[in-house]
Amino acid sequence: MKRVLYCLLAALMVPPVWAESMRLNMTQGVTGISQEVYHLHMTIFYICCVIGVIVFGVMLYAIVKHRKSKGAVAANFHESTKVEILWTLIPFVILIAMAIPATKTLLAMEDPSNSDLTIKITGSQWKWHYDYFDKGVGFYSVLATPRDQIENKQAKQEHYLLEVDKPLVLPTDRKIRFLMTSDDVIHSWWMPAFAVKKDAIPGFINEAWARIDKPGTYRGQCTELCGKDHGFMPIVVKAVEGPEFDTWLASQKQAQLDAAAKAKAALSKTLTKDELYQKGEKVFLAHCAACHQPTGLGIPGVFPALKGAEIVLGPAEKHIHIVKFGWPGSAMPAFGKQLTAEEIAAVVTYERNAWGNNVGDAVQAADVDKVEK
Amino acid sequence: MTTANPQTNETVETIHEETVETNHDDHGHHEQPPKGIMRWILTTNHKDIGTLYLWFSLTMFFIGGAMAMVIRAELFEPGLQLVEPHFFNQMTTVHGLIMVFGAVMPAFTGLANWLVPMMIGAPDMALPRMNNWSFWILPFAFLILLSSLFMEGGGPDFGWTFYAPLSTKYSGDSTALFVFAIHIMGISSIMGAINVIVTIFNLRAPGMTWMKMPLFVWTWLVTAFLLIAVMPVLAGAVTMVLTDKFFGTSFFDAAGGGDPVMFQHIFWFFGHPEVYIMILPAFGIVSAIIPAFSRKKLFGYSSMVYAVASIAILSFVVWAHHMFTTGMPKVALLFFMYCTMLIAVPTGVKVFNWVATMWKGSLSFEPPMLFAVAFVVLFTIGGFSGLMLAMTPADFQYHDTYFVVAHFHYVLVTGAIFSIMAAAYYWLPKWTGHMYSMTLAKWHFWCSVISVNVLFFPMHFLGLAGMPRRIPDYNIQFANVNEIVSIGGFAFGLSQLLFLALVIKCCRGGEKAPAKPWDGAEGLEWEIPSPAPYHSFTTPPEVK
Ligand SMILES: [Cu+2]
Repeated sequence: MKRVLYCLLAALMVPPVWAESMRLNMTQGVTGISQEVYHLHMTIFYICCVIGVIVFGVMLYAIVKHRKSKGAVAANFHESTKVEILWTLIPFVILIAMAIPATKTLLAMEDPSNSDLTIKITGSQWKWHYDYFDKGVGFYSVLATPRDQIENKQAKQEHYLLEVDKPLVLPTDRKIRFLMTSDDVIHSWWMPAFAVKKDAIPGFINEAWARIDKPGTYRGQCTELCGKDHGFMPIVVKAVEGPEFDTWLASQKQAQLDAAAKAKAALSKTLTKDELYQKGEKVFLAHCAACHQPTGLGIPGVFPALKGAEIVLGPAEKHIHIVKFGWPGSAMPAFGKQLTAEEIAAVVTYERNAWGNNVGDAVQAADVDKVEK
Repeated sequence: MTTANPQTNETVETIHEETVETNHDDHGHHEQPPKGIMRWILTTNHKDIGTLYLWFSLTMFFIGGAMAMVIRAELFEPGLQLVEPHFFNQMTTVHGLIMVFGAVMPAFTGLANWLVPMMIGAPDMALPRMNNWSFWILPFAFLILLSSLFMEGGGPDFGWTFYAPLSTKYSGDSTALFVFAIHIMGISSIMGAINVIVTIFNLRAPGMTWMKMPLFVWTWLVTAFLLIAVMPVLAGAVTMVLTDKFFGTSFFDAAGGGDPVMFQHIFWFFGHPEVYIMILPAFGIVSAIIPAFSRKKLFGYSSMVYAVASIAILSFVVWAHHMFTTGMPKVALLFFMYCTMLIAVPTGVKVFNWVATMWKGSLSFEPPMLFAVAFVVLFTIGGFSGLMLAMTPADFQYHDTYFVVAHFHYVLVTGAIFSIMAAAYYWLPKWTGHMYSMTLAKWHFWCSVISVNVLFFPMHFLGLAGMPRRIPDYNIQFANVNEIVSIGGFAFGLSQLLFLALVIKCCRGGEKAPAKPWDGAEGLEWEIPSPAPYHSFTTPPEVK
């Protein structure tokens, strides 16, 4: 029975050694529900421990005492209906005792009614979009860890792979309803601190909710395999108090109105090819390089190369169309809703002139605006 | 694991007669196998086919294991070092497929082939030609699957669960090969299952009534029915994936009126019984070994049979516990939670019965017993985490994290695979006619049992701390534990080379094994000599 001792020993020795770097148990979280889930988890864990100690204990006793080498002679019993009924009924009763609190918590978790705020969460390969329902605010939230850290060229920071450019900002002490969906494959939005994990499924909408007790920054990740960069789509929530949230939301709304006005103004602007190229390179690295690769070579058989590609070298209109509206039946999404006309113009210009493509033309925001589905 | 090696076995030499390469299913006309490669290709003998299955499974175990080593090497420290995420996903996918369909299932089929006829007093399997066919299509299925890794764009990368639309609209062209390979594996499994059922129904020796059958035979009978029930469902799922991807259907595409969640319902309707397909025969093996080395009859034989049957029936109504986060209605969540918790009852009964069998026995710890005892303890730990996962609210925190990875590896590695090791150590003398090295076997056991816990136990903590599964890179807080896990992984992988060495050594020679090398062993297979003659029972034995 050395292995049991070993397991127990490992379990006992674990906390002091690892505690500084990693929490070893489920988080208690910062919502009422997450606390309930934590307690449920601990209760069932303790029950398992007690059963384990009894069963393994009896076994250990037999292993030590009833050894042939110690002269043990086998007894003859091999049946007892009474005992069988007993150890069918006792677990059954324990299970019912467990099912009651589990059911209660579950029903509470599944009741998103009377919410104060609704956030629509849309997953796509490999980023999250947050839309503050009816508030005129929405944005993408993308991994902020630099490529160099991932490729071990730079020291990794504390929040390596768990940091984003724009966190989801939420108010404390309000009931927030989440609606999850997806633009491409199935993703899953998991925020351990809220005990919320719900799949984002293309064509369907799922619901969950949270009431956050404490301001702070909370981190999670996508938990449904969603393709190549599944490990690189973190979730960060910044919870602030109600009034601060209201101010933030108002400023965001204004900022988005300004951005829309700017994008509209950009339609009449003409940029030089160099300006477009430089801007386009940034857009490309942020939005396109994950699949088409920074080299423009793609991944053969999975993501097509842009270097020397027919579409890129051909008429600009078709090229713009694919970037703006996507390519149905493939993994190429429609960027029209996440990039401005100016950004699409820039990235198209970049693709047409980078990696030796040298088409030589410059696409302007107005050209992009003209292309219709 | 080959049968008698003619060079080292005098009995074989003395009664050997020249045999013709034909009429292999014509039992009784000849007692000895032909020589050379054609023996294996044309064989209809249950022992030869069992041997082929077992060697095939061992090969796949090492190939799938090598992929696990790649995974653990990449996860050894944070950052991307060895492989690209795209290749990492292919490794996790193909590792899973190979271990499930290539290592565990064929190993159990191999054991069934070897043991079921001997245990029920039959001369061979009931359908020997089909038996040949069901094995020989298998290597091609895996050649197809493995060769897809070398295609442009790589092999399947959507997880062994191949959720749509990741496996349809967003997958590479190798999906076609994946689908074809799964179809072949499915056909092979179904044929194997039919053979087991027909054999058990028709070829039992006189007096071998249902409630006298060894538990291994019982568990395999139930497993065979599960296979026939769910392998066609898997075939349906892969076919729909195929047509969605290549022929424009929309079974799993909401834009065309389909439903991606329906894929998961279909897959797990196969997938959950599949879990029991991989564990019920293990129950049978352990129920043979523990009494043998406790020198005491199995406690509660009939309750064991009923427990297996009820687990099998329940396995059809718990599938959606893999899908709690897909947004099912409340009633469905509750139903699947309750049913899943209920499975703990018959599973508990089995564990209690094994412990009661050991209680007041006369125990000794030869290698089969060591693995069987480790099975009971470690499988129970997997059962505990399974019970935790059944609680829907808690599952929202566990789901798709390393907690789940820890859980199913406890059930499949220290469960299914440990039971297969136990079986190999228990019946190797019967198969080869030689005793194996007890010292080497004990080394194998202790290295395995320690490293496997270093490998899988800390994964529970990783999951609870928030590390999702199927990611090639992780936050630095997980670094220390991942390092320990990887070291455990490498050690476990290397330990299995001891097993390979032991088996090869045992096949080649060694101390001659008596008909019944374990004094406490019971069953018809111990009444025939070791190695077992080419045709087990030409005249049916009498069962009292
Ligand atoms: Cu995702």
